[in-house]
Amino acid sequence: MSSITASADEKSHITSYPKFIGRSLWLATEGSFAFYAWMTMLTALFLVGANAWANQVAGGMIGTNMTDQVSWGLYIANFTFMVGLAAGGVMMVIPAYLYHDRKMHDVVIIGELLAIAAIVMCLMFVVADLGRPDRFWHMMPIIGKFNFPISMLTWDVIVLNGYLILNLHICGYLLYMRFLGRQPNPTWYIPFVMLSIVWAISIHTVTAFLYCGLGGRPFWNTALLAPRFLASAFVSGPAFIIVAMVLIKRLTGIGGLDQPIETLTKIIRVTILVNLLMVASELFTEFYTGGAHVSAAKYLFFGLHGKTALVPWTWTAIGLNVTAALLFLWPGLLRFRWRPLLVAACCMAFVGAWIEKGMGLIIPGFIPSTLHEIVEYVPSQLEWKVTVGIWAFGLMVFTIAIKTALPTLKQPAKH
Amino acid sequence: MTDKPSLPIVENFSRRAAVKGGFATLGAAAFVAAVSPLRQAASDKSAAEFMQQHYTELSPEQKADVIARLEAETKQNYGAEVTIGDDRPIPGTKFVYAINLSVCNGNGNCVEACHKENNHDRSTNQSYIRVLEMPMGTMDMEQGTTTYTGAVPKDGKFYLPVQCQQCDEPPCVDVCPVKATWKEEDGIVVVDYNWCIGCRYCEAACPYHARRFNWKKPEVPAEEVNPDQSYLSNRIRPVGVVEKCTYCLHRTRRGKLPACLEACPTGARVFGNILDKDSNLRWILENKRVYILKEELGTKPAFFYYFD
Repeated sequence: MSSITASADEKSHITSYPKFIGRSLWLATEGSFAFYAWMTMLTALFLVGANAWANQVAGGMIGTNMTDQVSWGLYIANFTFMVGLAAGGVMMVIPAYLYHDRKMHDVVIIGELLAIAAIVMCLMFVVADLGRPDRFWHMMPIIGKFNFPISMLTWDVIVLNGYLILNLHICGYLLYMRFLGRQPNPTWYIPFVMLSIVWAISIHTVTAFLYCGLGGRPFWNTALLAPRFLASAFVSGPAFIIVAMVLIKRLTGIGGLDQPIETLTKIIRVTILVNLLMVASELFTEFYTGGAHVSAAKYLFFGLHGKTALVPWTWTAIGLNVTAALLFLWPGLLRFRWRPLLVAACCMAFVGAWIEKGMGLIIPGFIPSTLHEIVEYVPSQLEWKVTVGIWAFGLMVFTIAIKTALPTLKQPAKH
Repeated sequence: MTDKPSLPIVENFSRRAAVKGGFATLGAAAFVAAVSPLRQAASDKSAAEFMQQHYTELSPEQKADVIARLEAETKQNYGAEVTIGDDRPIPGTKFVYAINLSVCNGNGNCVEACHKENNHDRSTNQSYIRVLEMPMGTMDMEQGTTTYTGAVPKDGKFYLPVQCQQCDEPPCVDVCPVKATWKEEDGIVVVDYNWCIGCRYCEAACPYHARRFNWKKPEVPAEEVNPDQSYLSNRIRPVGVVEKCTYCLHRTRRGKLPACLEACPTGARVFGNILDKDSNLRWILENKRVYILKEELGTKPAFFYYFD
């Protein structure tokens, strides 16, 4: 707004930015009894996960139910899904900044904060999956040995950390300006917002390339994988944000959320159908062609040689996705009195995508194995504990982040 | 504290701060207690191991130090006196393997020899070789089984041993994010067990199920430890890293044959230097009907199957 104040404060940013962070965190730990109960519960779950992970590191990954045949399991499944959630947050950014949706503009930060929490969870899931987390530094450029540009995993490291930094910058800047009582200067965040749109697409594309680049795994080796990832991300991300906004409205009485909820509902209406269409196309090429190529899909949907561990999961996902799609198609879902149904539809779409990207994508990629052995996989209790712990930590980060942003959300910026 | 009245927390700062401080301390203490198993895990690992550089970046002196440390650790952890060599490729050598599928009868001696030679974990009965029992008349592995039992060979069956194909275009090497695995000049794909971070991306990328992960610390009784070891080969692997067949480089680079070949009672296995024009192996590749596993994937194996 006024460059005079900015230049007067210029030298103090180094001290006032940490002060802003400290004060935000302090305020974020203020709340009602229900808030403390929520945070205590999350802390407890996180501690259970931390303990399980420490035991896994101490005893080796034998504590998981993964095998040489199914060498990635629940952790990588959740990682894949969380990348989608992080990318899905961008569906708030696009209407806000590309279509100049004013109402969305005021609350777009919710999507960006979700991206931060989701990326933090992604990184935690990757670390949980490492056999030697103590050698994490080997992955760092310069001090380690970074296999760039050949390994897709190094690309993933770059895009995920880049996306985290981008969103930290955008959110940090906007909230900091609010803290200083100034109008944000568009040159300091609009270019980054535009970049984050492209970047959000890239994180999920690169994550899909991790899998679809492997010739020895026919189930993953399809060009449709990256578009499918994006389509389901643009369902699960907005679905999560709708539920979060309904809760925020209920708990804090913040107004101006109804129109963004409506916009996101309209977005899901399209993306959920696109996602189903892609699933159908993939199933057509698999099953109509047949041959050896179809065995993983056959295992997933109908079981193979009497082994059927994933069949209930996948049909649950199909049921949830189709039901959610039908609900979203119904125009009445936008009416205020059907809010609970909207929330239910979002939850179904969210869980449906979680199964589809997890149990339904990562695990059947390994079954049958490359020598066509059928070794089934069911996550161990330790894996579930670690997973729950990471989810609890992610929700903690998201809760604190939203609380930090509440003052901004309460007083939408004037334009 | 009173200079910023705009902060709503200032009025009852001390009481709230005390309560929050108390809970924060409690939380931190609980966290330290929760991750305490890490301390035990850390005590097993030395600072020298943590700081160790990539194999290709070690100077000869550093390499000697590392090998001395590894020998001492094997003595301490497994009670076995071993010598760990640093066998390098012999110039002008490109190792290639071939298996005569008309002769192999699925007896599995190669599997067991590999297990012992390479100091695999006893409890998981690990080996780099898997043998598929296949119905005659197909090369579709979908029809095969690796868990066959009973007397061999069975009527109407043939046997397909699969191990690392030491590909010329190895997908496992491409995907490794930290260059912990690479192809040496004699065609052998190796792993630096002290650099691998255990992400298992290579295991996902390999079309031949040739890589194994150490889900736990390998158990080998002292008297069963094979003491002739090499840094990139059969030394007892650390927990949490990937390992693979190295064509027994601790033997073959010293002029011996792979353990699986020596153990084979039928003579189905042939090993040699493809650059040597007079070798038995070269004659087989030029005169027999040779088959390459999953050739369509473009991995270009240095491993051939043939029929009489």
